[in-house]
Amino acid sequence: MTHDEHVGDPSRTGEPASLLAPDGALKTSSETSSEASTEALWDTSLEVTAELVRDLYRWMRLTRRLDSEAFSLQRHGELGLWAPSLGQEAAQVGSITALRPTDYVFPSYREHATALVRGVTPAQMLEQWRGISGCGWDPAALHLHAYTVVLAAHLPHATGYAMGVQRDGTDEVVTAYLGDGATSQGDANEAFNWAAACHAPVLFFVQNNQYAISTPTRLQMRTPIHQRARGFGLQSFFVDGNDVLAVHAATRQAVSQIRAGGGPALIEAVTYRTGPHTSSDDPTRYRDQAEADAWASRDPLARVEKLLDARDWWTPAWRLGLDAECERLGADLRSAVQSFGPVELDGLFDTVLGGRSALLAEQKAGYADYVAAYEEVSS
Amino acid sequence: MTRLSLSAALNSGLRHVLEEDPKAIVMGEDVGPLGGVFRVTDGLSKDFGAERVIDTPLAESSIVGTAIGLAMRGYHPICEIQFDGFVYPAFNQIVSQLAKMRARTAGHVPLPVVVRIPCGGGIGAVEHHSESNEAYFAHTSGLRVMICSDPQSGHYLLRQALACGDPVIFYEPKRRYWEKGEVSDDLSLAPAFDRAVIARQGSDATVVCYGGMVATCLEAAGYAQEEGRSLEVIDLRSLSPLDLDTVCASVRKTGRCLVVHEAPGFAGLGAEVVSGVTERCFYHLEAPVLRVTGFDLPYPPAKYENQYLPDADRVLAAIDKLLEF
Repeated sequence: MTHDEHVGDPSRTGEPASLLAPDGALKTSSETSSEASTEALWDTSLEVTAELVRDLYRWMRLTRRLDSEAFSLQRHGELGLWAPSLGQEAAQVGSITALRPTDYVFPSYREHATALVRGVTPAQMLEQWRGISGCGWDPAALHLHAYTVVLAAHLPHATGYAMGVQRDGTDEVVTAYLGDGATSQGDANEAFNWAAACHAPVLFFVQNNQYAISTPTRLQMRTPIHQRARGFGLQSFFVDGNDVLAVHAATRQAVSQIRAGGGPALIEAVTYRTGPHTSSDDPTRYRDQAEADAWASRDPLARVEKLLDARDWWTPAWRLGLDAECERLGADLRSAVQSFGPVELDGLFDTVLGGRSALLAEQKAGYADYVAAYEEVSS
Repeated sequence: MTRLSLSAALNSGLRHVLEEDPKAIVMGEDVGPLGGVFRVTDGLSKDFGAERVIDTPLAESSIVGTAIGLAMRGYHPICEIQFDGFVYPAFNQIVSQLAKMRARTAGHVPLPVVVRIPCGGGIGAVEHHSESNEAYFAHTSGLRVMICSDPQSGHYLLRQALACGDPVIFYEPKRRYWEKGEVSDDLSLAPAFDRAVIARQGSDATVVCYGGMVATCLEAAGYAQEEGRSLEVIDLRSLSPLDLDTVCASVRKTGRCLVVHEAPGFAGLGAEVVSGVTERCFYHLEAPVLRVTGFDLPYPPAKYENQYLPDADRVLAAIDKLLEF
């Protein structure tokens, strides 16, 4: 053994804070405060109501439905690629619902729950994966930036946006989503340091889903992400990312501290990418089924269902209503892909620059002439 | 009109921008109290405050990356990259993010960001401080690439760069920072920012150049005049998009064309000019279009640079070939 493989494996460096156990047991306030003594920032003041739990559960179910439908559409050849969010619903829903709708969000590319909650339509959602645009929605209108595929490149953007918020004197909080692999990027480390140096109102939300495509976290880092965050001068939180209530509570607290002028923060949410990296990936080549099975017992939705059952917080009618809403979403996604027409190249020439370009004007005209000549010959 | 060095003319341009545009922000390494290593931002932090003239952490990728975020928020950042050779850590932010954001969001997210880069050699600097890397950025759609050649073009172009609303890579030839010239701050007199200008009129051959090479080519044209040869010198100013109309109008008149730049010749801007001229002016050409460029070597240690860089003699040697063809 050439090095201690345990070092740097976040699953072996203490338990993340949690509120809702996999068996559906909700920890009491005293339990969480004693357990979380290692996390001085952990606040347990979240009031767990039936309404809150049902709302979070609804978004998780819709996200899961969106994900499974989109994956099927990829398999049917309707989408070029899909990056599944399966298994990460609690981390995404718990966090995005703790933000104000006007808090600007920079997703990576798997945060489909953030898009759903922000009101991205099924058609807008699928445009990028269908290959007909780079981003289906107007980022400024939804306060939701385009997905960023070059890992961590959006973290300096979020930091800069937060510098603008500082200069405007408003109390918005900017949130950027990233994964465990992205924390190895230079841009991530630059952004963490820069945000701390500028005291920028930004939250870095890390979904540690254990894998960067095939590379496990233990090969990615020696020091856990939430510990590194403190070294940069970020407030740091470490939560069970499959526990939607813990994620929601931690995000609420982080955001509230940032909004009050407390400076930037990082949340590491420990979760698991249940599916493949993308529809092109084959996880059986690099991870054991036993591991996936173990994580299946920690499913983020199942534990909430147990809580709703135990507290009698949902009715059969409510469940049926949600089932129907999920099926409508699936149907909307299917009809969205049917609604996409063929694409025309000429429109692309107009969005590259705001001002004139002799080069682009010439190429656009030249292509139009070529197409016209071709059509003449073929008709 | 005031007589200013290029550095001072750029400083004056930044001052205008900061005064006229409340969303304008100057940011980069040591641009605050120091005034930048070439003093282009001298006095700005004192007059406009540290919120608008930001001494950033030493991280080029994030200088451009945070400028992108600030622009999304409605600000108009002018970033300084301290030296040409230090822009590569920001390459991803410029090429994959800054350049593409407008297109990938179907026009929803324009990014009015100017990235100023002192460029080129001729000042006896250590390695990584003398490069001409304009071709990398000219090759990237979604960016405008501008380069000034003297105090007046620096002043006008810098103000126009921020006003144009597109991302601009803005080059400043550092060997010309301390050369003085008359500068007007009346922007209504400025040529359009995407047009080349005729720096000297002539009739025997067209010399296309930009940046630090414009003064070199004008010097060569002066010597050529003594030998009875009349050279028309064109300062490109906008490297992307290229103003081929102005270039080709001149070549149709002279029938001969030479392109001069400091950067290595292979796959450089000169090749694009040669191609454009050949396609458009083929029947007007009396000779092949020639190039005088830096050699395809890593930029050499300082003691070699007088041999490496095109100078008036190399330009005149090429003119001899061009006129004798």
